[in-house]
Amino acid sequence: MLEITISVLILIGAIFTFIGSLGLARMPDFYTRLHGPTKATTIGVGSLLIASMIHFSTQDDGLSFHEVLVTLFLFITAPVSAHLLSKAALHLRIRSLSEPPPLVDAVDRDVLTNGEPLPRRSRAPRPNAHQSR
Amino acid sequence: MLSVVLSIAFALVTAAIGLTFWRLLTGPDKPDRILALDTLYVNAIALLVLLGMHLDSALYFEAAILIAMMGFIGTVALCKYLLRGDIIE
Repeated sequence: MLEITISVLILIGAIFTFIGSLGLARMPDFYTRLHGPTKATTIGVGSLLIASMIHFSTQDDGLSFHEVLVTLFLFITAPVSAHLLSKAALHLRIRSLSEPPPLVDAVDRDVLTNGEPLPRRSRAPRPNAHQSR
Repeated sequence: MLSVVLSIAFALVTAAIGLTFWRLLTGPDKPDRILALDTLYVNAIALLVLLGMHLDSALYFEAAILIAMMGFIGTVALCKYLLRGDIIE
């Protein structure tokens, strides 16, 4: 039973590590490439370390806490390094596949008037407009 | 059963290292290469953990911790160099 648990965790970890690197190699764009290895870090290496913790804790000399250090360090540092990498890529103006977002005024106009230009402000109905005619 | 699964896991992680190394060699931009190095040390940690389970020795975790710390410092230094043109200002 214990061996089955350890084996399943090792398989999950190895498959996720492989998928993360496959995403790094196959994705078309830097910002999408950044997505893969962070998952490999958290799920892949995380479950490998859990499997190793179970494996060494069920041997003769008690609980083993070396893995907790590695897990904590990786889980703290992975988002920081991904954030710094994306900041560096934005600083170097690396092309993204997605279009840049439209300007805020254009978005507001399209949402409000369904694509037509905004009505002039003087055409807005005033409360006593029909009386003054 | 554990030895078979460990062999499969060794093969998968080695293939992952190969793919990462390919990205490191052919990455079009500098952040791609830094990201490939970052992934490479995470894969090295996974390989060391697998080796520790394969050889039944807890000796390799010290090396894994060292690789984690040094790799993070290296990634931060390289990103800082790209961002600012200088590491320690």
